[in-house]
Amino acid sequence: MNRIHNIHGGIHPPERKALSLPGQLRTAGIPRQLVLPLAQHIGKPAEAIVQVGDRVLGGQRLAEADGLVSVPIHAPTSGTVSAVELRSVPHPSGLENQCVVIDCDGLDEWLPLTPLVDWQTQPPEALVAHVRAAGVAGMGGAGFPTAVKLLASDKHSINTLIINGTECEPYITADDTLMQVSADAIIEGAEILAYIVGAQHILIGVEDNKPDAIAAMREAASQCQRDIEVASFPTKYPSGGEKQLVEILTGQQVPSGMIPAELGLLCQNPGTAVAVRDAIIHGRPLTQRIITITGEALSTPGNFEVLIGTPITHLLSLAGFQPEHNRRLIHGGPMMGFALDSADIPIVKTSNCILVPTEQELPTPPPPQACIRCGLCAEACPASLLPQQLYWFARAKDQEALEAHNLFDCIECGACAWVCPSNIPLVQYYRAGKASIVDTRQEKVRSDRLRERFEARQERIARETAEREAKRAARKAAAEQKAASGNSEDPVQAAIARAKARKQSTEQAD
Amino acid sequence: MAFLRITSPHGHAANSVASVMQAVLLATLPGVFALTWFFGPGTLLNIAFGGLLALIFEFAVLKLRHRDVRFYLSDYSVLVTSTLLCIALPPYAPWWLIVVGVATSVLLGKHIFGGLGYNPFNPAMVGYVVLLISFPLQMSSWAPPRGLAEVPGVMDALQAMFLPQSYDGLTMATPLDALRQNTGLLMVDLQSQPPFGHIAGLGWETVNLAFLAGGIWLLYKRIFSWHAPVAMLAALTLAALIGFDDGSSNSGGSPWVHLLSGGTMFGAFFIITDPVSSAVSNRGRLIFGALIGLLIYLIRVYGNYPDAVAFAVLILNFAAPFIDHYTQPTTYGHRGPKA
Repeated sequence: MNRIHNIHGGIHPPERKALSLPGQLRTAGIPRQLVLPLAQHIGKPAEAIVQVGDRVLGGQRLAEADGLVSVPIHAPTSGTVSAVELRSVPHPSGLENQCVVIDCDGLDEWLPLTPLVDWQTQPPEALVAHVRAAGVAGMGGAGFPTAVKLLASDKHSINTLIINGTECEPYITADDTLMQVSADAIIEGAEILAYIVGAQHILIGVEDNKPDAIAAMREAASQCQRDIEVASFPTKYPSGGEKQLVEILTGQQVPSGMIPAELGLLCQNPGTAVAVRDAIIHGRPLTQRIITITGEALSTPGNFEVLIGTPITHLLSLAGFQPEHNRRLIHGGPMMGFALDSADIPIVKTSNCILVPTEQELPTPPPPQACIRCGLCAEACPASLLPQQLYWFARAKDQEALEAHNLFDCIECGACAWVCPSNIPLVQYYRAGKASIVDTRQEKVRSDRLRERFEARQERIARETAEREAKRAARKAAAEQKAASGNSEDPVQAAIARAKARKQSTEQAD
Repeated sequence: MAFLRITSPHGHAANSVASVMQAVLLATLPGVFALTWFFGPGTLLNIAFGGLLALIFEFAVLKLRHRDVRFYLSDYSVLVTSTLLCIALPPYAPWWLIVVGVATSVLLGKHIFGGLGYNPFNPAMVGYVVLLISFPLQMSSWAPPRGLAEVPGVMDALQAMFLPQSYDGLTMATPLDALRQNTGLLMVDLQSQPPFGHIAGLGWETVNLAFLAGGIWLLYKRIFSWHAPVAMLAALTLAALIGFDDGSSNSGGSPWVHLLSGGTMFGAFFIITDPVSSAVSNRGRLIFGALIGLLIYLIRVYGNYPDAVAFAVLILNFAAPFIDHYTQPTTYGHRGPKA
């Protein structure tokens, strides 16, 4: 049995997980229309390959990956492409992005699927290609293309695969539910992932507030040939952060600015493991996921199996939305999720929760007060930062001090802001601080390049001027030399003489 | 349908500046009760009068600074400042002493730097030190404790405060005064004198234990961390052990006297724990507290003033940013050699 290690800081916000009835899965069905953003992952957006009016089948590619760090998008069901245009996507800024819109026909006709039979005998590259073709991107929230993450094993030797079933954010029970209903699929997916990267060990980490999920995973793991360990550890937010989970399970810290592969570890979300397994075993692309629709402004919250692209409005009506008590719509959990302007936004591959709290449940924050440097934030910080110092430096726009205090090691978990007695939106200051430092760096690169170009131009002009000068000087020198060497005849006199001679000869001819 | 756009996190713990300040005020109750029991109603009157003045000053400054008066007054911070100052003042102090003290604390200690959160020095101690240097006579006139003299009544206290010329109250040297002025007595003999009580001074030992109880409750409520108080008490104990000199007439006094006399416990749990003016990291707070403990001992034994908490705290307030600079905790992923 693996020893469980403690991490610095962390908080215990009310879990509120029972609200969404973990373990019970409902289906959201096929909505009238699906909106599929071309950028649902980290990296370059996919490129649409369908046109308005095309009839598409389930599993058909709507957009191709553009470059290595990108994934394709597939149709979740059959229907007609009714638009390829800018639509609002889930983004903190209310961004609009290119989307493929499908009017579903309800027939749910699918293309024939092409599984990868006998994956154990196939080279890992073939499996990675299959995962990539299925459009799998990390389903825990970041949405990093899974195939690219698996390729990292080329550079590092991966010893242990960690399946991150921590789900430490309050309210969310999507992974909990998945672990209860699809434990076998997760184990199978983990085996495939371990095969691809050559990991000897598989470790599944789950917080101890999910006893049913732990039991289901242990049961499934015991059926398996491989030695798979399901580790449970005390519930504390943010234990599910990748770096935090690595420390809890191994006692090692991922060096700053590096990835767990540096320690021979690869972390994957249970949803991603199932998506990989479906891609290999069934040849099915990633077109659906489990999402928690919860909050007290709903009469029937729960976990839903939804098609990617399903509008949030559709899900809210399924869960019995009562708008009179609600002012906020949150994509993700209460700690790290972002508020959406409108419910007319689709679910994407990284959506794990839609939270619709009542005003009483999560009140609108009061205006912030002055920081009294109480240090509760530093006690809560899982990265052992000094949040109150970072706050002062961020306000003073002191980028040097921000970097010296390791601003970029902040994972934006929100634990500091949660405990802050002055209600200061600390994370927002850190985001702004990071953005301004990135801006400054880019500005520096830009100005360096401009300066280099300017200097090169100055040099070129100077060189050309010098060359011209040199040529002129050479010509002048040659002329002078010519003038000096004999032939002292005045050219003007010579011309006059020639003209006279010509005149005489014409007169003689007359 | 448009929803509110608010940045994460969307939830918040049930704590606020006001609740922190209220907890500190509540935690002073055992100590204030003990002070009142042994020295009469003078301290209570100080606190009430000082609190009223503090609210008036705060109100006036907030108006001058065009701040939302209701919003800022409801954080209770000015009441904490005035209460802490008034606990430290001698009971039966004249009214003008309290006016000068509270005005200095609130105006010079706090608002001149920008108000709550911006003050580099502990405001209550700024007021206290200004009074101590300016009015040493009034500041060193402590009433004798119950058991050595009759405790004044409420009317006496009012008279002392508002008609100080006509009030003829008893005053008496505190145990720390006696210790500092000791020449020639062995500690055993000195401590057998009446003001020393059982351990560290009649009344004083109970008052200190009462403030210790309040402080432990604040620790339990996680209002502050244990680092600064524990470091201060440990350093003071260690220094007193070294300087005890086996109880000779040159002794600096036993650790018990230092721990349970004067403002030790009040300082350890209510003054040096002021977060605004202390060091920020836990390691920094250990250093901050330990140096205060050491300075308290040195000033008590070798200095000109009988008690030293206020001076020690102000000096270390100066040093806090410097301590912070060298005690930044190791961030996650920064252990070992940098890649």
